[in-house]
Amino acid sequence: MAESTGFTRRHFLTVATVVTGGAGVIATAVPFVSSFKPSARAQALGAPIEVDVSKLELGALLKVEWRGHPIYILHRSDEMIASLKKDAGLLRDPESKDSEQPSYATNEYRSIKPAYLVLEGVCTHLGCAPMPRFEVAPADLGPQWPGGFLCPCHGSKFDLAGRVFQGVPAPTNLSVPPYRYINDSTILIGSDTGNS
Amino acid sequence: MATNEADVFDRLGRGLSALGAWIDDRFPMTKLIKEHATEYYASKNFNFWYGFGVIATVVLVMQLVTGIFLTMNYKPSADGAFASVEYIMRDVDWGWLIRYLHSTGASAFFIVVYLHMFRGLLYGSYKKPRELVWIIGMFIYLCLMAEAFFGYLLPWGNMSYWGAQVIVSLFGAIPVIGNGLAEWIRGDFYISDITLNRFFAFHVIAVPLALVALVVVHIMALHEVGSNNPDGIEIKDYKGPDGHPIDGVAFHPYHTSKDLVIIVIFLILFSAVVFFVPDMGGYFLEHANFEPANALKTPEHIAPVWYFTPFYAMLRAVPNKLLGVVLMGSAVLLPFFLPWLDRCRVKSIRYRGAIYKVALAVFAVSFLALGYLGMQPPTGAVVTLAQIFTVLYFGFFLSMPFYSRVEKTKPVPTRVTP
Amino acid sequence: MRIAAVALLLSLGLAGAALAQEEGAKLEPANTNIKNVASLQRGAKYFVNYCLGCHSAKYVRYNRLAADLGITEKQLVDNLMFTGEHPYDTMAIAMKTEDAARWFGTAPPDLSLIARSRGTDYLYTYLRGFYVDPSRPTGVNNIVLRGSAMPAVLWELQGPQRAKFGTDKSGKETFEGFEQIRPGSMPAAQFDEMVRDIVNFLDYIGEPIKREREALGIRVIGFLLVFLLIAYLLKKEIWKDVH
Repeated sequence: MAESTGFTRRHFLTVATVVTGGAGVIATAVPFVSSFKPSARAQALGAPIEVDVSKLELGALLKVEWRGHPIYILHRSDEMIASLKKDAGLLRDPESKDSEQPSYATNEYRSIKPAYLVLEGVCTHLGCAPMPRFEVAPADLGPQWPGGFLCPCHGSKFDLAGRVFQGVPAPTNLSVPPYRYINDSTILIGSDTGNS
Repeated sequence: MATNEADVFDRLGRGLSALGAWIDDRFPMTKLIKEHATEYYASKNFNFWYGFGVIATVVLVMQLVTGIFLTMNYKPSADGAFASVEYIMRDVDWGWLIRYLHSTGASAFFIVVYLHMFRGLLYGSYKKPRELVWIIGMFIYLCLMAEAFFGYLLPWGNMSYWGAQVIVSLFGAIPVIGNGLAEWIRGDFYISDITLNRFFAFHVIAVPLALVALVVVHIMALHEVGSNNPDGIEIKDYKGPDGHPIDGVAFHPYHTSKDLVIIVIFLILFSAVVFFVPDMGGYFLEHANFEPANALKTPEHIAPVWYFTPFYAMLRAVPNKLLGVVLMGSAVLLPFFLPWLDRCRVKSIRYRGAIYKVALAVFAVSFLALGYLGMQPPTGAVVTLAQIFTVLYFGFFLSMPFYSRVEKTKPVPTRVTP
Repeated sequence: MRIAAVALLLSLGLAGAALAQEEGAKLEPANTNIKNVASLQRGAKYFVNYCLGCHSAKYVRYNRLAADLGITEKQLVDNLMFTGEHPYDTMAIAMKTEDAARWFGTAPPDLSLIARSRGTDYLYTYLRGFYVDPSRPTGVNNIVLRGSAMPAVLWELQGPQRAKFGTDKSGKETFEGFEQIRPGSMPAAQFDEMVRDIVNFLDYIGEPIKREREALGIRVIGFLLVFLLIAYLLKKEIWKDVH
């Protein structure tokens, strides 16, 4: 190791003091920086929520809130599920390659069970809540409309699996939050591991 | 690879110098560093009494930083305040540490400032040409008391509430305008959510701004005339061939390295309290304050926090409320006049007469005794003793013009002694 | 200087002595130890079974309790949570303050901080200090807090007791001890231990971070001592050519 000509006891002690003191300062900063993290109360308020879907009728939409986001739960009928296969040509990303969803929702239904669609009701354009338009081929949406969601802010359209149409401002499919089934009629939104 | 390393450091050094030169053309950076650190000469014989100023500055910075972080989570409303403090203590990551640093820091601030002021009394630091340093310092002390008073209401504990109730009602003692004044201070007919919110504004921004400004001015005034020392000699009177005081050493690196040691010792003592006895047996965090404010339930003993108790004892020593307030106010204002009350030419206690040494000792004992008495319930013996010590406290100042003129001083040396 | 130092020590000593004394009944030492986790676990169980019906502990979060007491979330839910809340909830109760004040005369206080405002000795003596008093609406009074509106919840375990009073020379009433009317279902020593566990638990919930903060304190001061040595050596080196 090269020794500089000015290496003295004083130099060494100065460096030792600065390094030790610096370590102390950083250690002191850690609690302050850490205090910014979501507190136990924030974590409690943002905890997963249980949703009972046993009373949700076919074709009906249930809205709940989790971590400040609207969550849509749609009980899809057989016709709705069938229509998903037919509208692929209208979509920008029918296989959900660019959008955000957990692995168990990266399928053609974008859900664990085809019967229930769980989505974040947040338009991927600028964040408005898309409105349900489940009726097929209404006058204002044209004969090709298979049923889906229409965002009122800038007209983005999504199908009955939340997949985005071509030619609309929204770039990606509606996101799917983490979720799992506690039992056949109860969905836990916000957690997909064993520890809720 | 020695050449490459030397090259890198060399370039770095030259780059920094260029940056420094660019700044110096536009801002007096090097000039300030020289004037206030590397070429500010202070006496070489500072003892531990001279450390409390820098410790006070460290505590001030700590209170500001911890205060800012507390404000991120504290709710200044009557409904939310108490719960928000417990939220900080339990739910916020490391919130408990930030809270204890702030509460212990408040008490530490007063211990340090009282000792800092006592140094002034020991060595005549308030005498010419440092009268203005002393006066600015007294204003800092007043601001500190206001800051503590406003801050203490914020947890909205039962002692917070009743302590504020008592102190604000003292203003009510002023004839004619008293009740109106108390109502104006409160912003309401009783200590309420409205009072809490405005005390919050004072505590978080108004008084801290004033404090920081005063501390800056305090140090500027000091540097203008130079620091005193335990011998009370003006070191600038004896300069060496290089134009610097013979008995002085540059503030940086001499006093900075010495102050670092003092600061670390302080931090050890401070940490012992923060981590092991943050309540300090109920003196730093009072028991009654762990109950929420209750207008219908007065705590058994209402006492202000320990750093106000000397003055509280004086207040209660007088049976008349208004006179008590006047006396208490005078006790705080009298020290402002020390530079003119003290007629002795000699600055340091080391060379002053026995009469001053006795007077100062009596003053110190009286202040401590009053502090203790202010915590006790105001029964017979306590009040009588408080009256005696109040007389002694005032006696120190009021008789000073007389005894300081006649005391037998020792000759003051020309060179400082260790 | 020396006079000042002596005076300071004296006044601190006197102040300490004066404040340690409670007015009223003499308090018995609780001798609790928050490092005794088994005691805390028992105390938690007693608290949930006997106290939580009327007293909330609204600043205490169940999952924090589980983590600090070394129990799993399943043990928490099975043993300590009976009313369907989530582990991330706080120990709130359904009873509203206004209702409580109407039914009991005064609302049962929240107990999150009771150990910090009253002290463990007070709580230990209080919980064991109920005695028969037909003049009270609850039929009992308390030697530590006269006129307390709290019923003697642990009655059956402790067994009812009578308070004996005398008068001293100045005519003031003095308390001379309790007299057991009937034994309770627990022997006295076991009952005292149970109360100790409850008080220990109350001490813990008053400040859950206490054990960790003391442990951290040792490390912080250790570091500072090392730093002190280094800074001192530097100071000595810089000052060696002065004087």
